[in-house]
Amino acid sequence: MHELTIANNLVELAADHARRLGTGRVIRINVRLGKLCGIAHALYFCFGPAARGTLCEGAELQITEVPLTIHCEPCGGVKRPRTPFNLRCPDCGRPARKVLSGREMELVSIELASQPAATAATRDELQPQGQIR
Amino acid sequence: MCSVCGCGGGEHRIEGAHFHYDNPQAPGHRHDHGRLIEIEQSILAKNQHYADQNRADWRRRGIFTINFISSPGAGKTTLLVETVKPLKAVLPVAVVEGDQETANDADRIRAVGVPAIQINTGKGCHLDAHMVGHAVGELQPPRDGVMFIENVGNLVCPCGFDLGEDKRAVLLSVTEGDDKPVKYPDAFASADIMIICKMDLAPYVDFDVGKASALARELNPALEIVELSAKTGVGMAQWLNWIKAGAANSGGVRCTN
Repeated sequence: MHELTIANNLVELAADHARRLGTGRVIRINVRLGKLCGIAHALYFCFGPAARGTLCEGAELQITEVPLTIHCEPCGGVKRPRTPFNLRCPDCGRPARKVLSGREMELVSIELASQPAATAATRDELQPQGQIR
Repeated sequence: MCSVCGCGGGEHRIEGAHFHYDNPQAPGHRHDHGRLIEIEQSILAKNQHYADQNRADWRRRGIFTINFISSPGAGKTTLLVETVKPLKAVLPVAVVEGDQETANDADRIRAVGVPAIQINTGKGCHLDAHMVGHAVGELQPPRDGVMFIENVGNLVCPCGFDLGEDKRAVLLSVTEGDDKPVKYPDAFASADIMIICKMDLAPYVDFDVGKASALARELNPALEIVELSAKTGVGMAQWLNWIKAGAANSGGVRCTN
């Protein structure tokens, strides 16, 4: 479920930049996601609903996945574990203390429509649900 | 618009009164090529911004904050109840409770005379820095004290969301698997202290404390580990001393014992 929060945050961030630049609609969003995040499919799924009613509605989401790499101290090198859910060195089997890549969750760039949006989006921010009592 | 952070959209409710929801208009869909804008920013930058604000605010007020993360049913609330009972005699304490539904946990804390506020995340699976900031604004925890934040029971989603806490505690009960540190590495890698709880049940289950500790330390060599039973009191002194030391080191906190 935190994928929806991440999708909301992504949409909000991209829309904020578009609004600041004053050019309106976002047509493409380029994202870098580490393998360890494990949310690429879920993010595609959540992106549409999250973008609805914002400057990002209808934008294409492009995800570049970053492989998991670790630094193995005993082997003294950069290794790629066989599965993303196993932080052990594929050669010596020792657990890695340092993840070099695979945790990325970054908005790389956005592509803005050359023409300003006909309708200005009014949605300022998306906030996660929260009821305090 | 909210006067604390300026939030104006989405859904947000405090004590049943503060609620905002907007009705956006959708712009039309067109196919064209546009201007590429390089951004290179963390997707969770906004949460980080709120977390940094929370941290600065709480430190200014001398409040030492601990974020509790565990699976559902590991015993977070029971440990909190048994922790605040002796701690409130020496330090001002307050608790933020996170659950999808009900105020049961906040009620348990209030029942022992400690101020608490409940956040219900609805379908949300974790607390974030924005909702916790609002909750703390309502709670008004005492200055120069300790504030506990009990996250939603979940070893996955809460780990990526900094709330502005000083320390993060992960609970692992002996009724769970002793290989959980490697199955849920983020929770154990991001924690400052691991509390192996329900130790009173250890003789009846196959949980290997040495193995769980070794696996957790392989991921996080600096991890503090306490073996504890909130029922029998085993390990409570070590845990309370860790809190008091953390509070004293965080600056501005006066410990009277």
